[in-house]
Amino acid sequence: MSETHYRRMQDLPSTHLLGSGTAMCAGCGGLQAIQVIYDVLGPKTVFVNAAGCMTLLSVYPFTPFQGSWLYTSMASAPAGAQGVRDALDLLVAKGRIPPEEDLDVVVLTGDGAACGMGLASTSGAIDRGLDFLYVCYDNEGYANTGQQTSPATPHAARTATDALAGGFAGEKKDLFSIWAANRPVYVATAVGAEPVDLARKIEKARGLSGPRLVIVLAPCPTGWGFDPAESIEIGRLAVATGVFPLKEWEAGRVVHTKVRRPRLPVERYLERQARFRHLFEPVRDEAALAAIQARVDAYWESVE
Amino acid sequence: MTRQLLTGNAAAAWAARLARVDYVPAFPITPQTEIIETLGRWIDAGELAARLVTLESEHSMVTAAGAAAATGVRVFSATSSQGLLYAMEMLYAVAGWRAPFVLVNVSRGIAAPITLEPDHDDVLAARDSGFLQIHCSTCQEILDSILLAHRLAEDSRVRLPVIVNFDGFTLSFTREPVEIPDGDAVDRFLGPYDPENVRFLASKPISQAVAVMGGGPYSYFRYQMHLAAEAALGVYDEVAAGFAAAFGRRWEAVETWHCDDAEIVFVMIGSFATKARDAVERLRAVGERVGLVRPRLLRPLPVAALRAAVAGKRGVAVIDQNLSLGRGGVLHAELASALYGQPDAPPVLASFVGGLGGRDIGLEEFRRMAAETRAAADAGRAPPPRLLYTSGELRELRKLQGIAHAERAELRRAAPASSDPEAS
Repeated sequence: MSETHYRRMQDLPSTHLLGSGTAMCAGCGGLQAIQVIYDVLGPKTVFVNAAGCMTLLSVYPFTPFQGSWLYTSMASAPAGAQGVRDALDLLVAKGRIPPEEDLDVVVLTGDGAACGMGLASTSGAIDRGLDFLYVCYDNEGYANTGQQTSPATPHAARTATDALAGGFAGEKKDLFSIWAANRPVYVATAVGAEPVDLARKIEKARGLSGPRLVIVLAPCPTGWGFDPAESIEIGRLAVATGVFPLKEWEAGRVVHTKVRRPRLPVERYLERQARFRHLFEPVRDEAALAAIQARVDAYWESVE
Repeated sequence: MTRQLLTGNAAAAWAARLARVDYVPAFPITPQTEIIETLGRWIDAGELAARLVTLESEHSMVTAAGAAAATGVRVFSATSSQGLLYAMEMLYAVAGWRAPFVLVNVSRGIAAPITLEPDHDDVLAARDSGFLQIHCSTCQEILDSILLAHRLAEDSRVRLPVIVNFDGFTLSFTREPVEIPDGDAVDRFLGPYDPENVRFLASKPISQAVAVMGGGPYSYFRYQMHLAAEAALGVYDEVAAGFAAAFGRRWEAVETWHCDDAEIVFVMIGSFATKARDAVERLRAVGERVGLVRPRLLRPLPVAALRAAVAGKRGVAVIDQNLSLGRGGVLHAELASALYGQPDAPPVLASFVGGLGGRDIGLEEFRRMAAETRAAADAGRAPPPRLLYTSGELRELRKLQGIAHAERAELRRAAPASSDPEAS
């Protein structure tokens, strides 16, 4: 990544553009990421939102955004982005608004909409080459309704709908690869706890046109079960243990942007969260922990 | 102005072209597809300065339609049946965005069983969505109503989307002579799209369709929509008068046919109402004093005009081409609520359900419905609701079942027991 404004923490603005006093939970990893994202994107944007935690950012008659916002539905935010983008293009092309009135169109949804109900409209938007940035805050569950299992819930995590035994038996959906397989313009993962990496990716995505996705891991104190003060630490551990690889895809190539060597054991990440406590108490589930570690190791062996 | 033979679908496409729509989000579904194909061809040929985008579903199509209208362009779209139902969540949502556009619904029955032919269960499922509804009975009326609908939707006192409805097959694929107005005259009637305060601009940031907390703000916005829909009644009359002045065709909110001296009137919507109109003429020729009331506007419901149209009649036969399962005809219930307690209300309001899935309603059935309604008026008691179905139709269905049973029995005899799927 060259030509970036963001090389170190001091390059990030000291005050955020996004207003304070929102309804988000204390320690919300999603809000933390959106603050960085909004600093980079700025107010010449229209956020097209799907049902989720962030729907509660704009509650009548208040909004923390200095730019624009459109709430759509759980399934069709990318289709809303299509309508807004097309209409702005038409207005500029027909001379009904000057080009400086144009806006960047940003879809903002959680992992439930991005990986489940909204996947068809996302797929359609990629097919049509829609010029938009999709920001998915991934809190690995239907967090706004109390952390039920979503398609992005990781293996073994206990949720409100997989509350017993070994937690969620399935695997986290690989949204990054689903997008990449459809050959958009840009796909990246990021986390608010690594704000310079996040800012650089948003900066890069902003400079491109076409379908672009940035998945931000959103550590969720209420849904994952940790103290809000530990949110940044949890985000860092997700990266340091290799559980959540920070990477980007462009023109068929995947680059990992922040690689910790040696990686910390995954249990350093898991043990901090109530949703994985059953792996440690009342007795350590060595087999399950080894399987999770092996899966993370296998990923890194396949890419290194 | 030119006069051409056009299908209902082509008439709809012509209206969108004349309205100079900017944006056409689309998704194919029978029997509507010809509309978007026709618009697509005109756009490709440079005859219409619009963008057509094929979405991956009607849910997305209506989202894109609402979003584009909320950004500030004139939008037209079309769907049918299952498509309208697939979009249902967004019909309710975009109406609340107060971003006006026109959606054509080419009516087709709803699964199950799946069918292609028309009835009004699809469009009536959207009755309470906040979309206004205009129902057409001829191809000319389709073209004219879409122009009216754009003007009505965009009026400052309304700002709600409008569904223009017409029947699949009987209108969508039927050619009728249609006058195509001059573009200049339509421009004068409609004017350019004015987004008013609903638009996205860098210099005027706005949050649209945001969440509310609590019943107070929620009720405020829902009541505003309701009041705007009610205000659309008066606006409609103005717009229809303006249209008549410009083009010479007057489209009342409620059309009446031989009602003045009628004892018994039929109430119907859509293209099948032309069958009722024909029946009225034929029954009058043999001395029966019957008439027809055809509401064109269903939302808002022109209650006063409906009351006036049936005031003092001996009986009303409401013929519903829809079926609210477990209740009956939807129009009948609408009429009943409009008439209850009114001093001049007819004593008998009879309910007939027919025309489902394109089933014909014949002259003899109209004669019988009029006779039953008259007999009920004589007896001073409303008749029980009737589902139109003839013994001949039932016999044909029994024949199909008989053939299927006979074939299955034949296969069973021919095949060894071990391979009999029924035996396993």
